[in-house]
Amino acid sequence: MPKIVLNGAIVDDQWIVLGDDIAAAIPSTTDAPHLIVPLKIWQARREELIARGGSLGLLLQTNDEPIPFSSDASTFALIAIHFEKFTDGRGYSLGRLLRERYGFKGELRAVGDVLQDQLFYLKRSGFNAFAIRADKNIDAALKSLKDFSETYQGAWDQPLPLFKRRESSSAA
Amino acid sequence: MYRYDHYDQTIVNERVAQFRDQTQRFLAGELSEEEFRPLRLQNGLYIQRVAPMLRVAIPYGMLSSKQLRMLGHIARKYDKNYAHFTTRQNIQYNWPKLEDVPDILADLASVEMHAIQTSGNCIRNITSDHFAGVAEDEVVDPRPYCEVLRQWSTFHPEFAYLPRKFKIAVCGTKEDRAATMVHDIGVYLRRDEKGEVVLDVLIGGGLGRTPIVGPIIKKGLPWQHMMSYLEAALRVYNRYGRRDNLYKARIKILVKAITPQKFGEEVEAEWQHLKGGPATLTEQELARVSKHFTDPNYEVLGPVDAVFFQHLSQDKAFATWVKRSAHAHRLPGYRSVTLSLKPMSVAPGDLTDAQMDHVADLADEFSFGELRVSHEQNLILADVKQSDLFALWQKAKAIGLATPNIGLINDIVCCPGGDFCSLANAKSLPIADSIQQRFENLDYQHDIGELDLNISGCMNSCGHHHVAHIGILGVDKGGSEWYQISIGGHSGRALEGVDRTRPTVLGDVIGPSFAAADVPDVIENLVQTYLTNRYEDERFVDTVNRLGIEPFKTNVYRDKGHSKEAAHA
Repeated sequence: MPKIVLNGAIVDDQWIVLGDDIAAAIPSTTDAPHLIVPLKIWQARREELIARGGSLGLLLQTNDEPIPFSSDASTFALIAIHFEKFTDGRGYSLGRLLRERYGFKGELRAVGDVLQDQLFYLKRSGFNAFAIRADKNIDAALKSLKDFSETYQGAWDQPLPLFKRRESSSAA
Repeated sequence: MYRYDHYDQTIVNERVAQFRDQTQRFLAGELSEEEFRPLRLQNGLYIQRVAPMLRVAIPYGMLSSKQLRMLGHIARKYDKNYAHFTTRQNIQYNWPKLEDVPDILADLASVEMHAIQTSGNCIRNITSDHFAGVAEDEVVDPRPYCEVLRQWSTFHPEFAYLPRKFKIAVCGTKEDRAATMVHDIGVYLRRDEKGEVVLDVLIGGGLGRTPIVGPIIKKGLPWQHMMSYLEAALRVYNRYGRRDNLYKARIKILVKAITPQKFGEEVEAEWQHLKGGPATLTEQELARVSKHFTDPNYEVLGPVDAVFFQHLSQDKAFATWVKRSAHAHRLPGYRSVTLSLKPMSVAPGDLTDAQMDHVADLADEFSFGELRVSHEQNLILADVKQSDLFALWQKAKAIGLATPNIGLINDIVCCPGGDFCSLANAKSLPIADSIQQRFENLDYQHDIGELDLNISGCMNSCGHHHVAHIGILGVDKGGSEWYQISIGGHSGRALEGVDRTRPTVLGDVIGPSFAAADVPDVIENLVQTYLTNRYEDERFVDTVNRLGIEPFKTNVYRDKGHSKEAAHA
């Protein structure tokens, strides 16, 4: 079973990803208790997927708009954002929007071209799971979640910017 | 100036450790060139024609004598005993070894400096007015706002992989000395009718292939909202800026495509979610940062120093230097002095390690141990007593930094060009040199008067040629180097009798390009047309503005001696 980084630890990946074919058979909960479906399939076969039971994940591309599925967000135990290239910065904004605007509380997973040196920023932007590219060293990647012990600006992992924390520590 | 506390120091130290590990992984083959590229760029490291190039940030141009000595030390230890000041308040080393770069960054960190985000598709070094805090026409000191923005933009997790680079400039004066209108975001600080600091935010200006004077997207933004508003603007750009075409990826293309009006609405809508949130700047933080920019221990002086005026009247060379290099200061008895990095036969903006040490000594002796770097590639001692000017001049002259050409034709702004830069289409340094040779006579330069001449070796426009009175752009035509010339551009202050709201104007190209050897003749021809037509003490650019480019163009192309591009095409 492939490994992923989840909440700062290396664990087995429990999820199965459904392909892009919109007419494909949807696997049973026995075959795939945890199933990730692309947005297009979710939109086309929403009722069928809900009726299936089991836990559901949603697969997004970095340029997808969150509004069309935002009311369904609580249906998903996981949202995966696919990075075609590690330099595609749109996924960072999308991550923050899902967390901060649409209140997504489940697992937010970066998939695709996911590399060690982007992990710290991804974590700050709301991601708590990382499917590190298969040819890379996942143990080394894990370390980069701790590249910095302090950060200036507020983000998902620490909403208060440093100056607000400086202020409260100097007031104490 | 701003001093790091343990938080700032920790963050910079951890960056050094991070880059050391990244470099080791690259050298060990664990990171591909493609994967390493954005990592090294965001630490200022380019791979250039002949060697790597390392660009170090000088945030909003402020530098201490201690820091300058360290820059000299780095030039000596890791490079070829010199470095180059750029047009965006950075300094570049042309010959470092990749494996030395982590050590260089560690040396920089020891004096509260770094190379963070000096390149790459991220928020770059925040730039500002090199006379900040001492300028007579200053309304708001921009430096605390710059430092707040420096911290906010440093390792901003959401904006490290933007569609393209992102440059922010801030100014708080009537005259714009930070080229604010040709930045991705330009921030104008001013006071509203109640005396509160507010921002006018220009978004989508820029030079390069598609030069645009930035439109004002938000007027009168209260200072507390600076970061939340910029965050909204950056988020809109990050999500919707083009990523399919390198040449259309800057924010200006997005703003232009959807119109400034629509872009402003998008930002406003996004901002409604962020406004008043944790990023809201507090009085307490602004006060904490501002405390670093309080006045040095100024003496109370009269406006007239008898010895200074005696030297002025007795020594013509000194008087000439004072006229060009000593600028008004908001306090009586003080001047701000520009040290010219544009002597003959030296690449504009270059300084040797020994000169850096000497300048650091001058800053300690004459200007409270601090100095500024200007986007015109000169150094400034901001707080010099009038009574010290004569001694300073003699010492500056001894190290070759007292050429009295500030603001004149030979004070050329120039990128490193094809001699160093792998992006360049043409060389720029030999062009600068040939023009300086042509106008070597100082009396002639002074007679011509104020004239901004800028040279860029390619469309990236690092030499800011679009906003120069005379702009020269290197272009590649069928494998050979040609130079396109534009006139009438300017930035900084509005032209006499012209709309005061247009302090920045882009120059007009006069016609087909020229071969390198013809450039000095063409410039001379343009200058002659000006001298023949100038009205009273009009500057070159004022004459161009009054007459239009036609008479200049006609005279240049009448001369059949030039090998025109058309003849070779």
